[in-house]
Amino acid sequence: MKYDIILAGVGGQGVLSIAAIIGIAAVERGLYLKQAEVHGLSQRGGEVQSHLRLSDQPIYSDLIPEGTADMVLSMEPMEALRYVSFLSPTGVIVTERQAFINIPNYPDIDRIIDALDNMAARTVLVDSEPITQELRAPRASNMVLLGAASAFLPLALPELEAAINIIFARKGEQVVSRNIEALRRGCAFTEAQAG
Amino acid sequence: MEKFVPLGNEALAQGALDAGLTGLYAYPGTPSTEVMEYIQRSPQAAERGVHRRWSTNEKTALESALGMSYAGKRSMVCMKHVGLNVAADPFMNAAITGAHGGLIVMSADDPSMHSSQNEQDSRFYGQFALVPILEPSNQQEAYDLPYYAFELSEKYGVPVLCRMTTRLCHSRANVITRDSVVPENELNLPANPTQFVLMPAISRRNYARLLDQQVDFEAESEASYLTRYEDGDDKRLGIITCGLAYNYLMENFPDGTCPHPVLKIGQYPLPRRLVAKLIDSCDTVLILEEGMPLVEEQLRGFPHEAENVCGRLDGTLPRTGELNPTLVAKALGLNVAEPSLFAPEFVVNRPPKLCDGCPHGDTFRALLEALEQYSKGRVFSDIGCYTLGVLPPYNAVNSCVDMGASITMAKGAADGGLVPAVAVIGDSTFTHSGMTGLLDAVNAQSPITVMIMDNRATAMTGGQPSAGTDRLDTIVAGLGVKPEHIRMITPLPRRHAENAAVIAEELAYDGVSVVIAERECIETAKRKRRAGK
Repeated sequence: MKYDIILAGVGGQGVLSIAAIIGIAAVERGLYLKQAEVHGLSQRGGEVQSHLRLSDQPIYSDLIPEGTADMVLSMEPMEALRYVSFLSPTGVIVTERQAFINIPNYPDIDRIIDALDNMAARTVLVDSEPITQELRAPRASNMVLLGAASAFLPLALPELEAAINIIFARKGEQVVSRNIEALRRGCAFTEAQAG
Repeated sequence: MEKFVPLGNEALAQGALDAGLTGLYAYPGTPSTEVMEYIQRSPQAAERGVHRRWSTNEKTALESALGMSYAGKRSMVCMKHVGLNVAADPFMNAAITGAHGGLIVMSADDPSMHSSQNEQDSRFYGQFALVPILEPSNQQEAYDLPYYAFELSEKYGVPVLCRMTTRLCHSRANVITRDSVVPENELNLPANPTQFVLMPAISRRNYARLLDQQVDFEAESEASYLTRYEDGDDKRLGIITCGLAYNYLMENFPDGTCPHPVLKIGQYPLPRRLVAKLIDSCDTVLILEEGMPLVEEQLRGFPHEAENVCGRLDGTLPRTGELNPTLVAKALGLNVAEPSLFAPEFVVNRPPKLCDGCPHGDTFRALLEALEQYSKGRVFSDIGCYTLGVLPPYNAVNSCVDMGASITMAKGAADGGLVPAVAVIGDSTFTHSGMTGLLDAVNAQSPITVMIMDNRATAMTGGQPSAGTDRLDTIVAGLGVKPEHIRMITPLPRRHAENAAVIAEELAYDGVSVVIAERECIETAKRKRRAGK
């Protein structure tokens, strides 16, 4: 088993938290993991990308070769498009639908959604805002996205929940339970779409 | 399976703690910063009282580490590649003094310049200084490195250079740690009381010894845990990999066996016997180096270039930038997975920019207004967040070269007749390398205005503390800037008019003036608020 994910978003959207949660769940399962992070200059409002690789065999490269990734998981629709060249022909795109606009020349959002819808790959477009509003957890969009991606990951929902427990434990019970709820709602979103 | 999943930097840091480290010295710089951050967070380091404060710059850091080595203890110093330029003087001379307690100099290179102004390869410094260079290829090798390096350093009495690159520094993987921790060395001084005294007669003796040791260093490279010769049946091609490049090679052989002979090099000076063995047994040799073509140049030779050596110099691989599995596959002539999907051309970049509410934005707006009456092209900037002032909407700065160069370049330009000339420098960069330049300007009475963008942090690398916080005005006064030309402003939108007026007054002054624009970095302020401080 080998599963390669490109994680994408804009600095501050919680890309590295997702990486940490998948990473903990994978390691608890006894999988090998490699995760290349982006640090430094690019964190200031710029695009953030992480290569996350899981396998039951030792992994060599810290970077995923182009044309081979199993998933692009993105917190932002244009950022999802940016990395589609990494996807294998059978890969899936799971992305937030709502744009994060911090540049003057952000393209027309309809064109972006249209391009995502017409990608050869399976695309799951998630609108996380109604969910995070209802849960009163405005910062948990990334957990909704992770939940939406979980249907495809080689990790079970309870394993991800256990990892959320570990990551957010020091922030208190409420933060943990809200994030877990956001995760479950994301998972239900994908299931409803598939159904 | 071990559940320790560190960044390469963190693996090295934990390895150093477990291998008996007494002190870590460093100045923040991407991609090296997390070594110190890990040790500062480590309960193990706290319990042992391991020295773990940031230094003012890489030179002071390396010299302190050398002093700790003199005292018989194991020490490490970490920096980004251009930091080794700053520390080049003590580095070159530490090779001549030699070490006493184990001494590791870690330099983190940034090929492709993700967060740097160049992509220099620190291995050249190691070769220049004639010290052993270690280049781990993965997180496990990085964890194991300090055990090996401290012993090597103490066995030969020589500093050891550890060269890492961005993708190892900033990538996580499973690492198996050791159960036993090496006890720290006892305080003990060098047997030879003049070992560290580089008077010519002693230097000549030490240098001769260093040259004599090269044979031993090469033998160590050959026997190193970082070096491996893996034979293969298909000898039409032999492959040399340096450091991380080994992973990109093996990624192309999912069953873990490459059909060609492979020499995996992780230690220098080059293990020449193994290199010769590979070259003699193969038709062609491909060199895979993450960084500059250091090995390839040696093997290619001059003036009769070896025609069976390929790599970055003959176009088999790109001359610059990071390697990746796809580039290596193409160099091997393998069928690579071609992308089937492509980003539409309307996808645009998000250039980095100053954060919303950043004090530097307010300072730039005030500075630009004060400069309106002068012709353009007179603002010399430096290394830090404020370098982003070069981008719209500010378009405010005209240079960014190296730590501290803003003040000295402004001075040179002013000396040449560009008056007024302005230097824009952050607080941490000022204490790192700006103070000496300011003293030059004061002594020469050069007509410059220095804007110290004091956000009370080393912000670009994540908000580490800054060495001169709350004392910049007294430091500047101590260097001889006249008190009436040391001006404090608070960069806030509502103070814009008065700030612009203060800067305009100092631009008009025919001498050295310093404007300290002090307001805390918006990111560190947010973090403190969240932490409830």
